[in-house]
Amino acid sequence: MRAALNKIGGLLRRGTPQRKAKQADQAPHPFWAMVRKEMADHLNSWRFIILLLLMLLTTVASLYTAISNLGSAIAEESASSFLFLKLFTATDGALPPFITFVSLLGPIIGIALGFDAVNSERSRGTLSRLLAQPIPRDYVINTKFVASLAVVAIMIAILGLLMIGIGILLTGIPPTVEEFWRIFFFLLVSIVYIGVWLNLAIMFSIRFKQPATSALSSLAVWLFFSLFFTMIVNLIVQATAPTRVTDVSQLIGYQGFVQNLLRISPSQLFSEATTTLMVPTIRTLGPVTIEQAYGAIAGPLPLGQSVLLVWPQMTCLVAVAFIIFGISYVLFMKQEVRSRL
Amino acid sequence: MSKEAIIELTELTKKYDDITAVDRLTLSVYQGEIFGLLGPNGAGKTTTILMLLGLCEPTAGKMKVCGLDPTYQPILVKEKVGYLPDEVGFYENLSGLENLLFTAALNRIPPATARRRAEALLEQVGIADRARDKVQTYSRGMKQRLGLADILIREPEIIILDEPTNGIDPEGVRELISLIRELSRERGMTVLLSSHHLYQVQQICDRVGLFVDGKLIDAGPIKELAYNLFKNDPLLLEVEAEPADEQLISLLEANEHVSKVVRNGSRLNIHCRQDISAEIAATIVNRGARLTHLSRHDYGLDEIYHRYFEGGS
Repeated sequence: MRAALNKIGGLLRRGTPQRKAKQADQAPHPFWAMVRKEMADHLNSWRFIILLLLMLLTTVASLYTAISNLGSAIAEESASSFLFLKLFTATDGALPPFITFVSLLGPIIGIALGFDAVNSERSRGTLSRLLAQPIPRDYVINTKFVASLAVVAIMIAILGLLMIGIGILLTGIPPTVEEFWRIFFFLLVSIVYIGVWLNLAIMFSIRFKQPATSALSSLAVWLFFSLFFTMIVNLIVQATAPTRVTDVSQLIGYQGFVQNLLRISPSQLFSEATTTLMVPTIRTLGPVTIEQAYGAIAGPLPLGQSVLLVWPQMTCLVAVAFIIFGISYVLFMKQEVRSRL
Repeated sequence: MSKEAIIELTELTKKYDDITAVDRLTLSVYQGEIFGLLGPNGAGKTTTILMLLGLCEPTAGKMKVCGLDPTYQPILVKEKVGYLPDEVGFYENLSGLENLLFTAALNRIPPATARRRAEALLEQVGIADRARDKVQTYSRGMKQRLGLADILIREPEIIILDEPTNGIDPEGVRELISLIRELSRERGMTVLLSSHHLYQVQQICDRVGLFVDGKLIDAGPIKELAYNLFKNDPLLLEVEAEPADEQLISLLEANEHVSKVVRNGSRLNIHCRQDISAEIAATIVNRGARLTHLSRHDYGLDEIYHRYFEGGS
């Protein structure tokens, strides 16, 4: 233990003069040079501007519906707390609230930023030139991921802060500390969720040589999960539903099975996580019997409990992102390097 | 030029499933020379180059590049070797200068040094006036020049050029070749270039290696290759004489250095082992015939190419 500590201390001490030397001649590490270039590419591209405009439009639209329905939303619930979060969740039914918008458009952002990550380098002939540089091969894919995720984080942060800022201006109510943290966690989960789709798109961009093919396959996966998946689950439910309910535990068990089926979809995980975070009155995600609800005091959950409730969903999203990244990593490392093939 | 091998390949083999792309290749390239890999498309030239850079793994055999093994120390090798791929690509939305600076950053060259070197190189390869334009506006030849600058900014010990003259007009090729030669002499760099263009290789290379179907058939200076190949009749004299009758032919064949005489229209092709133009002229004139034409014909790569790739293989 002590040896390990000494070693770490040594590393830290050794790190300092290196950093000084770096500042002197200012040669950045190749990894960060690549990240910077990728980010600059994204930020300068029309693609990013279009996505940002789309998201800004969404923000304005959802803010508008939220504000116009804020009055009724407050009247409905006696608990006057968490008024600020209503900006993100309130709706009149015509336009979805902000959190639904993010779950809908998030995948598009991820796919748009990742679908041509590797195959465009290949078709432009820059990949072989890049790989002939004295850098480890995995830098290429790692920097692409880091840079795109950073761009996503910037975009989400802009939108989140914009929502808060405009919200304060329009309602005149500042968010409480707890509300701020809830929004913070919501934005964090959104970044991870978009990261999942980003990784999927990067994986397809490695697998398929044509950007169009990889974009289409990513979109196909997205459509499958957002449209067809619930239908398929419904079919399974109809086929396997117990015909005669003998006791409550059977019913609850079955309900749990259906819910877990639905949770295969990342968007289900995301919406469970975000609604729980943004609507503190949600106390559980599973079925509740009347006995269980009977003694419960109606009231919002504290932040810690909300986070605890959706901890599995958040962990799963991170895990899915890492699994897909792992697959892309292996695919990329094993691929032949031929110019433009 | 010191005779120190900077690239050493021993029994290098690469198989893709059941196709053998490179077959037991043994080759040495020496410090400071320009070595040409010559062969038709699909002969295994690019595969060999990729293996030298550690971008693909050999199935069998040994490699040493600057004393390092590319399969296990690819990054160290890539620090010393500059590679210009066939159809080099640049980031089109960046300018030529920005592309060079990015490469410099990947090689940990400090920005100030990088900028100085980049400006000098762009000047040297002749695209300094377009350095700040986006690469998407560049022509094929300009991209190839930028490619040269791109590998030189790292100041490598070896540069490897894969089909550097592909798709460039003849004037561009001429300029590019003289540029490569100049750079190699000036900086003492070892150059390995692959091509299927005979004349370009002939113009520039100290030694060539002939590739057919993944095998190295022969390697050496072009003159030596020609000598090995045309050992029996290395020289060809074309003679036009009046009258060129059978008697003259038999008289010429009597010379000990002449291997054979072939009638080719009004001319005679004399295959001989040494340059005996003077003796032949004397023979003809002494015979009382009029000598109207006499020329010596060297074997170039074209003949070598034909022998190997059409007749030989």
